[in-house]
Order: sequence, then structure tokens, then C-alpha cells
Amino acid sequence: MSSAFVQMLQAVLLLLLAPLATGFVATCKARLQNRRGADVMQPWRNLRKLFGKEVVMAAHASWIFRTAPYVVFTATVMAASVVPALLVDTPLSLTADVIALVALLALARFFLALAGMDIGTAFGGMGASREMTFAALAEPAMLMSIFVLSLGAHSTNLTTMINHTLNSPFALHPSLAFAMVAMLMIAVAENGRIPIDNPGTHLELTMIHEAMILEYSGRHLALMEWAAMVKLMLFATLIADLFMPWGMTTDASLVGVAVAFALWIAKLAGLLLALAVIETSLAKLRLFEVPEYLSGAFVIAFLGLLSYYMLEVGA
Amino acid sequence: MLTILRSIFRTGCKTETLAESTAIESGAQLLEAAIRKHFNSSLAIRQVDAGSCNGCELEIHAVNNCYYDLERFGCHFVASPRHADMLLVTGPVTRNMETALRMTYDAMPAPKLVVAVGDCAASCGVFGRDNYAIAGAVSDIIPVNITVHGCPPTPGDIIQGILQAVEG
Repeated sequence: MSSAFVQMLQAVLLLLLAPLATGFVATCKARLQNRRGADVMQPWRNLRKLFGKEVVMAAHASWIFRTAPYVVFTATVMAASVVPALLVDTPLSLTADVIALVALLALARFFLALAGMDIGTAFGGMGASREMTFAALAEPAMLMSIFVLSLGAHSTNLTTMINHTLNSPFALHPSLAFAMVAMLMIAVAENGRIPIDNPGTHLELTMIHEAMILEYSGRHLALMEWAAMVKLMLFATLIADLFMPWGMTTDASLVGVAVAFALWIAKLAGLLLALAVIETSLAKLRLFEVPEYLSGAFVIAFLGLLSYYMLEVGA
Repeated sequence: MLTILRSIFRTGCKTETLAESTAIESGAQLLEAAIRKHFNSSLAIRQVDAGSCNGCELEIHAVNNCYYDLERFGCHFVASPRHADMLLVTGPVTRNMETALRMTYDAMPAPKLVVAVGDCAASCGVFGRDNYAIAGAVSDIIPVNITVHGCPPTPGDIIQGILQAVEG
């Protein structure tokens, strides 16, 4: 198989499996709540129904409100397609830069916040202001935790970083442990999960992400929700890429890709199951404690950076 | 955290197949089939309290608990009328909620359904139609597809009502 084909394949897989990943978390949570719950295909059914529904637009909606779902979806899918999932060295690997990735996600977030404010409802503006407050704290922490890995690989390119981890002998790096804890904390916050935000909440006063998309309906809502699902998948893949890339293939052979695919699914399932357990056993944080949580993540990532310099440089 | 996980695993799945109450069971199965047919196996419900005593809300809440678990049939409650396929309205419509209810109905994307839940929603119940604070029953304000009677109706009745509305 050509590497361009594998690149296409992994982008399409990320897109198609994203609703299943969200459904998997929902099913696991239902089981942990001693319920049966819907099956993993339910998010797909919700999306299919939404694409067939009428779009109701508020009277004050401007072009920003109408275009935002497409911008958010496209930016998120672009970000997801540059993250290597199966093959390390893809044709897009030159663009697989972590800073570009964070910028693409920031673009999606910017338009999401604009759309939240565009209608002028109280909850949209409130959600937008909260999202931006937390984003300002989450993004530096995310970059900081990735920089811990970049220091060893001498690059912020994902492909180079993964290759570095794959080619160096297996060792337990204290700096990576710090970086991984920080990254997991950020991933929970960025995807609007408990303890930061509750994706299943109906209480507008505690919402962050949902508050910005309250006014969307029909296909616009479907795109917004799909983008959120792709983002969850992206973060799970990114964590698997950075901290446990073992099993990813370096050549585009059929066997290599098949093994990489099986291991990728196993890693994702493990991460998503952990997310479901965390969401079931923790309570949501008070809103004013979220900045402390996020600066905690930043400090942990910074400790990772320090421990890299103190313990691992020259070792 | 370990305590709660241990108690979760000791409790096990509490969702019943509802076999002992055959009326609910058959209703639930029909509901699943109807939602599959008319709404692509996905029904989003928005609940509006137009002035109820919260008795009906408790029963609607019970529909979501681990015993009845409406979610397994593809129904879920949503936070905004824009996301909804169905409106569950409880209580007599008070003057303060009249405009709000009308706006909520207008904010929903087509195709949309309305289920009036409880005797108050059907005919103002104990509060009475000639009460100075009440604008009327739900059907006086917005078009209603199905009315569920009871004060309050049981979760089984509510599931039946949702089913009838989906089947049209």
C-alpha cells in the first residue's frame, strides 16, 4: 500500500470511528451507573437524524453563526488528519507539527466562541467567556507537556517525536511521566469532560461547551457535535502517539498497518474506558476551581521539563 | 473512588427487561420500533415545566433511572428546544410561562411533536381553568399530539405516551 493511501485511510477512520468512541464512553458510563444504556452506534444515529432535520435560525443570526459549524468541523478534521494514527511517516508528516495542531484547534475554538456570542443569548456569551478563560490556561499547559517530549527529540514535529521514542531503547523517563499526567489532565479539560464540564448536563449554569451550541439545530448541530467527537478521538490518538507509540508501523505494508490498527483500537479503548471510570467516580469541579486544576496541569508539565534537565540531559 | 467502584460492581445492572410488567415491556418494544422507523432510532426530548407542582417531573426523571432506562431505546433528554424532536410539557400553563412555552415551540426544528404530561397539562387539574394565574391547558397554547393522563402519570404511562406520539 502506498503511504498516501494509508494517510487517507487513517483520516477517514478517525472521522468514522469518532462517534463510536463517544458512544463507547457513553455505554461504559451507563454500565457503570448500573444501567444498560444505548449501544455504541447511538451517536451515529443521532448525527444521521440531525442531518435530516430542519435548520431553525435565530432572527439575529449573522453569517458568522451560519459559517461557524463548517469552519469548526473543517479545522478539527484538518487537525485530526495530520496526527499519525497508524503510519509514522506519512506524506503529511511535514505539516504534523504540534504548534500547528494547537493553532488549528484554537481556530476551531475561536469560531465556536464567536458563534456562541453571535446570537446574543446570555448562555452563549457565558459559555464563550468560560471557554476562552480555560483555553488561555489549557493551551500553554498542553504545549508545555509536549515540549518535554520535544526536548528529547529536538523537534516539535509529531513524526520525528514518535520516531525518536520508537528508536530509543525502552526506559522509564520521569519527565515523560510528568508530561503524560499533565496531558491527560488537559485532554479531559479540552474535551469538556467531568470534572471540568459535563457533556450530559441540562443545567445551563454549569455548561461550557454545550452553552455555546444551544442555538444550533439540524445539520449545523450535527457538524458541531461531530467536531467535538473528532476532537475526543484526536486527543486519545495524540496521547497514544506521544506516550505509547509502540506498534505503529514505519512502512506501509499490509501486515504492519493491520497490526498498527489493532493496537491503535486497543489503546483507544483503554484510554476511553479510563475516561468513563474517571467520569463516573469524580464529581464536577466548582467553576472557580478549574483555573487551579489547569494551572496544576501546567505546573506538572513544568516539573517534567525541569526533571528532564536535571535527570536526563547527557544521561 | 475505590469504594464507589466496588459498590458499582457489587450492585450490577439494575435495568429490568420489564418482563414482570408486560404492559410496559410491550410498550417499550413498540416504542423502540417506532423510533427506529420515524426518527432513525434517535429521539431528542425537551421537557418544559409550564407551572407544574413537580410531581410529573419526578416521574419523568424516573424514566431515566436505571430501572426504566429510556436511553437504551435511543431517547435522550436535551438542554435546548433547538436540539429537540419532542416537547414534554407538564403543568397548567401559567400566565408567566405562556410566552415562554410558545417561544419554545417555535424554536423547535420540524418535524416536532408535543406530549402534554399529567392531568394539569391536559385540563388544568386541581388548579382549575378559571384561576387568575393560569392561561389555560397546554392544548390552548400550542398544538398537542398526545395527552398523558394521571396525577402524576407513572413512568410506564409516560413511555406509552411518547410511543403514541412517535407513531402519530
